[in-house]
Amino acid sequence: MSSLTVTDEQVAAAPAKMIQPAWVRLMHWVNALAMILMILSGWQIYNASPLFGFSFPREYTLGGWLGGGLLWHFAAMWLLMINGLAYVITGLATGRFRKKLLPITPMGVLHDVRAALTFKLGHDDLTVYNYVQRLLYAGIIVVGVLIVLSGLSMWKPVQLYYLVMLFGDYPTARYVHFFCMAAICAFLVIHVLLALLVPKSLRAMIIGR
Amino acid sequence: MKTVSKFNDAVQDFIFNPDALAPTFPESAITKPFPFNAYYDLDDAPEIDADDWKLEVRGLVDNKKSWTLPELYKLPQVSQITRHICVEGWSAIGSWTGTPLRDFLKLIGADTRAKYVWFQCADKDGYNSPLDMRSALHPQTQMTFKYANEILPRAYGFPMKIRVPTKLGFKNPKYVISMEVTNDYKGGYWEDQGYNSFSGS
Repeated sequence: MSSLTVTDEQVAAAPAKMIQPAWVRLMHWVNALAMILMILSGWQIYNASPLFGFSFPREYTLGGWLGGGLLWHFAAMWLLMINGLAYVITGLATGRFRKKLLPITPMGVLHDVRAALTFKLGHDDLTVYNYVQRLLYAGIIVVGVLIVLSGLSMWKPVQLYYLVMLFGDYPTARYVHFFCMAAICAFLVIHVLLALLVPKSLRAMIIGR
Repeated sequence: MKTVSKFNDAVQDFIFNPDALAPTFPESAITKPFPFNAYYDLDDAPEIDADDWKLEVRGLVDNKKSWTLPELYKLPQVSQITRHICVEGWSAIGSWTGTPLRDFLKLIGADTRAKYVWFQCADKDGYNSPLDMRSALHPQTQMTFKYANEILPRAYGFPMKIRVPTKLGFKNPKYVISMEVTNDYKGGYWEDQGYNSFSGS
């Protein structure tokens, strides 16, 4: 608790402190756009040959038909991959990942989940992520890497055979790709909901402060 | 969007390794039944009379003679058990037997510096598809005459299909009636509607 007090004081002393640097904001919103394009075009592709007993509603798909969906998917993938790669490299090189996302301890996560569920989790200092945020943000980066790797496996199963081997075989890569998408959608719902509940965090992601 | 698709053609051509083989599988892995798939029902699939059928050869080749089925059956054949991957996402493992296309192209004296081998088919509305020369010369690209060691049934493209395990299914034309070696991009049934033209695996 004492460390929390210290950071509170720091915030009070420097109210205009930069919370989200420009590169984080830029890459966040580029990623948001790319992800939405990938998900909506991905649902179009899914509908051509559903893995499970359901299809996505047509009005939530992109491209009009399979061919159109594929064009969107294989165009937006460049945006997603280049932006994602730049984000991971910058996050590692600047030490942001280490500083912001680590450590993640089971006790810390349990404590903050309990606090969150009882609405006692504070957001006084937006520069410090609580353990639930750390787990979700680190987790979604891992899911992001997995969805790109499984996607590349499906796109080039012969040329990138070693990637396919990572997942076992082509059909398994398809399921991995699907479940990563599901995880990202679940993240998206929670993430947007919480951003709206703590509007200053949304403001920080737009103007930085 | 079309521009990005052309860019993706170039990227795929760049990363295409002519020596990279599609994975092969044991007979026990074969998908049964292997799905029939087309833009029409099986009842509308071409019914080709073997005695009337000839493979027409056109374009940049030394010998433009047409080939009858008995003549083609005399060429050396090899088998492969590979995964067919559809543009829709599903896949199925099948067993195909036939003559490597590169052996046939050599036999007819094709100019293998040409850009494409363009196939025309007997499907209703006229199916066709271009195959880039490097994929045409890939060791596993095959003029297929048999499925599961039996003469290719009507459902799978009798009398001849082109099996390209390094391409998506729609780049594996069935009911082939002619091939043309050409430097011109002549388009294709699905390619013209927007499927990526290279569509390599």
